[in-house]
Amino acid sequence: MAETREFQVFRGDRSGGKMETYPVEVTPGMVVLDAMHRIQATAAPDMAVRWNCKAAKCGSCSAEVNGKPKLMCKTRLDALPADRPVEVRPLRTFPLIRDLVTDVSWNYEVNKKIPPFTPKPGAVWRWKQEDVDRVQEFRKCIECFLCQTVCHVLRDHQKQPVFNGPRFFVRLASLEMHPMDGLDRLEQIKEKSGLGYCNITKCCTEVCPEDIRITDNAIIPLKERVVDRFYDPIRVLFRKIFGSASLTKPE
Amino acid sequence: MWWLEPLAVALGLSAFGIYSFWAALQGDHYAWGPYLSPFYSPELFGNSSHALFGPPPSWWPAAFSMFGVELHIPFSPAFLILWAPLGFRGTCYYYRKAYYRSFFQNPTACAVGKPWKSYCGETAFPLILQNIHRYFLYVAIVFIAFLTYDGLKAFTREGPKDYVAGLGSVVLLLNAFFLAMYTFGCHSLRHLVGGHLDSFSDSASSCTRHKIWSGVTCLNERHMMWAWISLFWVGFSDVYVRLVSMGRIADLRIF
Amino acid sequence: MPDKYETHDCDVLVIGAGGAGLRAAIESSAMGAKTALVCKSLLGKAHTVMAEGGIAAALANVDEEDDWRVHFHDTMAGGKMLNNWRMAELHAKEAPERVLELERWGAVFDRTRDGRILQRAFGGHRHKRLSHVGDRTGLEMIRTLQDKGVHQGIDVYMECTITRLLMDGGRVVGAFGYWRESGRFVVFRSKATVLATGGFGKAYPVTSNSWEYTGDGHGLAYRAGAELIDMEFVQFHPTGMVWPPGVKGLLVTEAVRGEGGILRNSKGERFMFKYLPEANRKDFAADEAEATRWVESVLADSKPDGRRPPELSTRDNVARAIYTEVKEGRGSPHGGAFLDISYQPADRVKKKLPSMYHQFLELADVDITKVPMEVGPTCHYAMGGVRVDADTCVTTVPGLFAAGEVAGGMHGSNRLGGNSLSDLIVFGCRAGRGAAESAKTASRPTGSLDRQIDEAAAEVNAPFGRTTGEHPYALHSELQEIMGSCVGIFRTESDLKEGIRRLEALGPKVRNVRVEGSRMYNPGWHLALDLGNLMVISEAIARSALARPESRGAHSRLDHPNYDPHFATVNNCVKQNDTGGMTVRETPLPKMSDELRKVYDEVEAMSLPAKA
Repeated sequence: MAETREFQVFRGDRSGGKMETYPVEVTPGMVVLDAMHRIQATAAPDMAVRWNCKAAKCGSCSAEVNGKPKLMCKTRLDALPADRPVEVRPLRTFPLIRDLVTDVSWNYEVNKKIPPFTPKPGAVWRWKQEDVDRVQEFRKCIECFLCQTVCHVLRDHQKQPVFNGPRFFVRLASLEMHPMDGLDRLEQIKEKSGLGYCNITKCCTEVCPEDIRITDNAIIPLKERVVDRFYDPIRVLFRKIFGSASLTKPE
Repeated sequence: MWWLEPLAVALGLSAFGIYSFWAALQGDHYAWGPYLSPFYSPELFGNSSHALFGPPPSWWPAAFSMFGVELHIPFSPAFLILWAPLGFRGTCYYYRKAYYRSFFQNPTACAVGKPWKSYCGETAFPLILQNIHRYFLYVAIVFIAFLTYDGLKAFTREGPKDYVAGLGSVVLLLNAFFLAMYTFGCHSLRHLVGGHLDSFSDSASSCTRHKIWSGVTCLNERHMMWAWISLFWVGFSDVYVRLVSMGRIADLRIF
Repeated sequence: MPDKYETHDCDVLVIGAGGAGLRAAIESSAMGAKTALVCKSLLGKAHTVMAEGGIAAALANVDEEDDWRVHFHDTMAGGKMLNNWRMAELHAKEAPERVLELERWGAVFDRTRDGRILQRAFGGHRHKRLSHVGDRTGLEMIRTLQDKGVHQGIDVYMECTITRLLMDGGRVVGAFGYWRESGRFVVFRSKATVLATGGFGKAYPVTSNSWEYTGDGHGLAYRAGAELIDMEFVQFHPTGMVWPPGVKGLLVTEAVRGEGGILRNSKGERFMFKYLPEANRKDFAADEAEATRWVESVLADSKPDGRRPPELSTRDNVARAIYTEVKEGRGSPHGGAFLDISYQPADRVKKKLPSMYHQFLELADVDITKVPMEVGPTCHYAMGGVRVDADTCVTTVPGLFAAGEVAGGMHGSNRLGGNSLSDLIVFGCRAGRGAAESAKTASRPTGSLDRQIDEAAAEVNAPFGRTTGEHPYALHSELQEIMGSCVGIFRTESDLKEGIRRLEALGPKVRNVRVEGSRMYNPGWHLALDLGNLMVISEAIARSALARPESRGAHSRLDHPNYDPHFATVNNCVKQNDTGGMTVRETPLPKMSDELRKVYDEVEAMSLPAKA
């Protein structure tokens, strides 16, 4: 008594495409990625889908399921409304390659421009767990780029040239708050990464499959650090008078 | 159903905005015995016994003309202080999310298209001013002190030794509590008390700061909840004091 | 007919961008070699991200009495002495330095109270030895290496599959491949090439491995004339998910048992007591009461009281036990065993095993803090692989190096948990160094590579031209079915012969595989090309298994259930013969140096921690 559900999957490439309908026999506990595999094995062997671990650990199978950015391997069919077809589309923010696969190489370009971890001179490699709890949360990121695709600054306003997106604020936060990192990154964060374009509307946090509290724990603390340096009138004045070192890196 | 949340937020904020504006405009019925409406606290100048510096100042313009029309601005002690909570909530990281979404449609909801083409985030005037949130925080902390005082004072009747409790006493004390929960979960405070440090263990002071930071973090995780509870309660406190003061309801005496 | 292709020149070509490949590329690039790194997926998605438990390295941060000698001993004992002793020695000696180096590059490990890297206990390790980050250590490793690598000027070629190594006079001088995105061809010309392609779990129907694990490096090396050793040793992890069908095989970390997880059958019996090998029964709790005391001491964070529970036996043993229980009709509803951690406080389970908690809750509707999990064996790791020199990681083919899971010898007949991540960085580093050194003296090929490139292109294009032939997905299922039923956990001569016969029958079908569509991001085509490598390793596993009529480590022969002293001295070695067929022969195990033998015996004689 196998149940069948209808899937509408985007098929096509940069020159155009359309939604194709596939009936798929579903089994208990099935996720959207299982359904895509079944379509490949039966109806469309050449349907392009990017995936790897199928365990929500690698962040490859990002797509927009019923209009919401999701990891396909983590999206259960029984959590989707049964009365209409399941709609699967590629990530809208990135250039399409084919079917459900998009070109996410921009993210790798951005990462390259972020100065790497640079230990403080003479660092003593001892630190406590509480020093790195924050950083460890950021390092849970699996680079699925769901936060990037949902962020309206990238998605609707294409600010890619001036705005790095939530993924890289998480990355920058993991470096900026690392107890051993010796680089001053605030200029980069404000100017090159475009932190100011974020209006903290939290969609990145909503879609994060690793439950990283991107906005509250990464972006806003970075904004506050930027305020320290650039916007707090008293601190700015203080620095003008007593020299730049006094308030840049407290303690 | 993606529009449900922004709609609810818009209605909630609008309702509060309209009521508080109306209430501030009244300039009357904001105090009853030891009770003082939080919209009017601290009462710098005013006609109630709570006024810190006496009656309304003479320099308050009784009227002025604009476009040839004579306008009367009734004096209200609320006008002297409401800018502070308004500024604090207006630049609050949670409320920014709320109104950017529900009023500015920037974005209305996640992965939903929007009508605007141009966008500069918080990089330019006026939104760049959001960055002074911490200054409103400083003021808000002072207000917490006043409101706590009001809440405690609400438990006295004739003199400081004469303890009583009415429902209003509880309402006002709770108001101070809810506002404190909201204020002490502030993102800026979280940064100032310890979030700016890279290491929490390199000195005794940074260990202490870590403890404070953890406490603020704990409240911060429920910042949205406290924002709404305290918003509702501050309005409710005013309604309560107002109705009691107008004689519409009698304050329920607990002991 | 010649397709257009792009060419990239480099000194060192690294194939595979998991832990080993990245580490090799970093080392080679640091030595000044122009380094190209090619990977089938996006960078940072390699199978290393799946590693959960930790990196084994004798840092002695938690247990002070630990040092490289004990780690060396444990590794050799776990591999039933079939390991390449020199690799085990280098591994034990260098792992701590490699781990500390990760920290210098930005890795953020969990900490001890005094601020050093925290280490946890794992099966087969005498001391608490696994440096870790919760249960996502592999992700931490790969992200650290990735960020180090991209800022060091390594040229990364993502979503690019290598299908053939290019040879010049017996030396590997480059590789041919295609871009997965466009299907266009690409040629790398290199002076030295490092294989770091991982394993081949996709040969089995139930596996914890991702689609990438198709034995590419094994296949490439084999066809280039390299030797594969120990191919019969395939590790089945005892605890994979068994339900729902979509996640069958997904790993349930060993840490569940390390934290006190109890295995029971459908009758409620704690069956592992029955399956403890006589030889080391004395190391384990005698009854449930003692096992409970041990768990209570773990819960209380105090010194162990009593001996370990039987569930902490080695992976091969636990896998066989679960398999046997299910086969004899005492399995759980979905054909596994019950693994129970729900008797512990829910908060503790969520804190110690966060990803397991979420994995079961989200994918199987099972709250592991309330009810037991259902688990069964899943194909997990290839101990066997390309024969390499321990010091330089060079294979038996000049110009070709191998590191990580694709290389054989390090783990002998059974790998200890935590030893694979350390293997990646220790030998990744050595392979990178070896390749960069070798590239210094190598010269560009004298002859033209055109003929080889044309051949490779024709081979890759061929599936499109066919009008008959089966779809790759069907053939892959058939292959997996053969391997699962004939070359699985328990093996017999007749099953293995049947498996080989069926593989031989499958061969022509795979060579005639048919693909639809275009070359642009076509997964069907990609699978069709990967099938060739899977066929090579499947045959190698089956033939090697047949050639080892004994049971040792992960290799269990029902018809030969005991050790055979003869086979303690030999590795099975697979090589392509002159006619293109596969030859399996025994090669003598390198003899351990007297000095190391002494180290081993001394540690063996050391008393284990006090027991109640």
